[in-house]
Amino acid sequence: MLVLVMAAATAALTLGLVLHGVTAHPYQTTRQQTHGPDVIATRFPSGTGPAASQAALGKLTPVAHAKDVVASSGPFPVAFSVLRANGHADAVLAEGRSTAPAAVDQPRLTAGSWVRPGWVVIERSFADALSVHIGQRVTLDGRPFRVGGVAVTAAFPVSGLGFLEGSSRWPNPGLIWMTRADVQSLASPSHPLGYVLNLKVASPPGAQAFADRFDPYGYTDNTGGLYLIPWQLIVRQDALLVSRAQKILLVGSWLLAMLAVASVAVLAGGRMAAQNRRVGLLKAVGATPELVAGVLLAEYLVLAVFAAAAGLVIGRLTAPLLTSPGAGLLGAAGAPQLTATSAGLVIAAALGAVIAATFFPALRAARTSTVSALADAPRRPSRRALIIGYSARLPVPLLLASRLAARRPRRTILAVLSITVTVSGVVAVLFAHASETSSQFGPPAGNANLGRSDIGFSSASAQVDQVLLVVTIMLAALAVVNALLITQATVQDSRHAGAVTRALGATPRQFAAGLSIAQAGPSLAGALLGIGGGYGLVILASQGGSITAPPAWQLLAAVAGTLTAITGLTFIPARSGARFAVAEVLQAEAA
Amino acid sequence: MMTEQVIVARGLRKEHGTGESLVHAVDGVDLDIAAGEMVAVMGPSGCGKSTLLHLLGGLDRPSGGELSLRGRRIDQLSESALAGIRRHEVGFVFQAFHLMDELTARENVELPALLAGNRPPVARRRASVLLEQVGLADRARHLPAALSGGQRQRVAIARALVNGPFLILADEPTGNLDSAATLEVLRIFDGLRQAGQTLVIVTHDERIASAADRSISMRDGAFTGRTPPTASPGRLSGFTGPER
Repeated sequence: MLVLVMAAATAALTLGLVLHGVTAHPYQTTRQQTHGPDVIATRFPSGTGPAASQAALGKLTPVAHAKDVVASSGPFPVAFSVLRANGHADAVLAEGRSTAPAAVDQPRLTAGSWVRPGWVVIERSFADALSVHIGQRVTLDGRPFRVGGVAVTAAFPVSGLGFLEGSSRWPNPGLIWMTRADVQSLASPSHPLGYVLNLKVASPPGAQAFADRFDPYGYTDNTGGLYLIPWQLIVRQDALLVSRAQKILLVGSWLLAMLAVASVAVLAGGRMAAQNRRVGLLKAVGATPELVAGVLLAEYLVLAVFAAAAGLVIGRLTAPLLTSPGAGLLGAAGAPQLTATSAGLVIAAALGAVIAATFFPALRAARTSTVSALADAPRRPSRRALIIGYSARLPVPLLLASRLAARRPRRTILAVLSITVTVSGVVAVLFAHASETSSQFGPPAGNANLGRSDIGFSSASAQVDQVLLVVTIMLAALAVVNALLITQATVQDSRHAGAVTRALGATPRQFAAGLSIAQAGPSLAGALLGIGGGYGLVILASQGGSITAPPAWQLLAAVAGTLTAITGLTFIPARSGARFAVAEVLQAEAA
Repeated sequence: MMTEQVIVARGLRKEHGTGESLVHAVDGVDLDIAAGEMVAVMGPSGCGKSTLLHLLGGLDRPSGGELSLRGRRIDQLSESALAGIRRHEVGFVFQAFHLMDELTARENVELPALLAGNRPPVARRRASVLLEQVGLADRARHLPAALSGGQRQRVAIARALVNGPFLILADEPTGNLDSAATLEVLRIFDGLRQAGQTLVIVTHDERIASAADRSISMRDGAFTGRTPPTASPGRLSGFTGPER
């Protein structure tokens, strides 16, 4: 169990660490095969009507002759439209191309054929999200076209995340190619054509500096301005999904590590208590307390290394599921890089977690008197006079619950912390999901084209949601493990007290209720703290950025759901733990 | 005058295991104990004395036979009902004391009163009176670890009396005590007997057996012989019962 728990946490940490830079390789492959541009220059008209379009073209064309430009293609006309297919309605950026191949950015067909009148070629990740096939009928602004081909390009980020916002009314457009004439037919006086130019510069690493010369303000709403996109921005956009997943996994792994520390503390505490006699024998033959602590810790450190190794393997093997660049790029992601530094970090984190969890139990065991240890005397419970005094006023189940919780305060605190961490994680996930669905990459408010599915964004969101779901499930699973371990430890530890209490007249139901409440109380406290903890986590992760809160009912449902699940799961062991033969337990204790 | 029969047992049995491993811990015991009697149950280790005590106090259920406490059949009662009997009608004193390590002497004595639903001031008052009567008023705030074996057993006796039970069951109460502590406990039991308390004591100690109204021997789960009950219980001494 200890190895499983630690392996789960280290696997999440490994995943988070290996995701860095994995989409760079497919992008380079695609760029090579499509003669991808170093810089994309766009200009959209600031007014209405064909004259505005011509003015935009006039301002863009000279960029092709700028210093450092060694090759170019275009300007290609572009128009925004709404594509409808398979029940989806989505914004698209339609780029007008000729049948002749372009010197820079010639999209590579993966199915069908290149542009012809009345037919569209759809960017592959967009086509996958729409589930369209060659020959299928689609409409653009209500006019029928057919899907002629599917292609990939390095001149557009996968899933179109927040790219080329021609106006705030066209976020996250999908990319399609059509004939120039067909694109021109999509333009209207109110939405005239814009233009796109693809450039190769003398020094590709200097693409960002080249773009900054013309567009120092970078990524803005480019209605009427010159907007240059270096290839480095496209790589960053491509990696956006993976970097989001990485952030979620890194934060998730820290939360999992905290839960793992709680699990290990409970498991180790119980095992060390069971090794009391061994401690006594060691001390009786002359072992110092330091040596005894070392012997006790060594076992757990070895297990931690083993668990870290298992987590490294699991994380490395599952990383490709998250690093697939999707349909928008050619080739597979490079093998996730598990560097020596990453491996060292994971092992160090596992060792640190185990030391944090076992240090106090080991120290306590080492400080036990030799005679007590040899007699295998049970560890005396803590006395909390205030709680004992106050609990006398409570009904019997609450009296028993408070006194049971007060007997082992560290365990009670672990129970509170475990639920706090879990609920913090769940709350943070809800905030992340709310932010995801209404971020700058999401459909803006007041959109004239209501009802658009924004499928590119939805597809990207779905991937992030999957990672969030996996992390939430792992957090919930570890929380359940912790709750059961803590309940079991409490049941075992309180057997004698329970037998005495029942001998003095408490009913089995009262004692079972006391055991259950002793778990539910800390769970409630942990859940309330977790709401604040989750919000704090979101603030830290957002690094000053905007935060979108989920609906209040979702937060309440998450907290209530966690409490109900934990209380329900711990009720069964608590109830069965309260049903024992009193006489047998008393005689066993006396023996 | 008919003396009330506090305990009536007929054919009482307790078995453990099945088939070849079946053990008759208590094997067809008949027992009558009158109010105010002090009965000592003696026998070798493993003869079933403690098991019998547990059955009489509702700590364990018999496998067969009938058992009544003050005319009420208890052998078929539910666990909750048996717990009620242990709260109000029976007090236990154990060889290992079984005090709560984290509670003071007074808090240990108060506990059964709280479990019986008494308000904290009432429980505290009763506990204080009883601790004074067992000579431990100055040890009320001490934890069990700070008490000697004899003192712990006196706390346990006070705890057993806090709800005014009509029956005290003591399982080897002096088994873990030295001579001086044993004498202290014997004095308390004698005082209880003088006050009319019904006592059943499992013991190896001949001094308890000789002080008892009746001594019963057990072997292999059954009685082997008994001395007849005395004509009347001992007269009241200065030991007063708990506040009612």
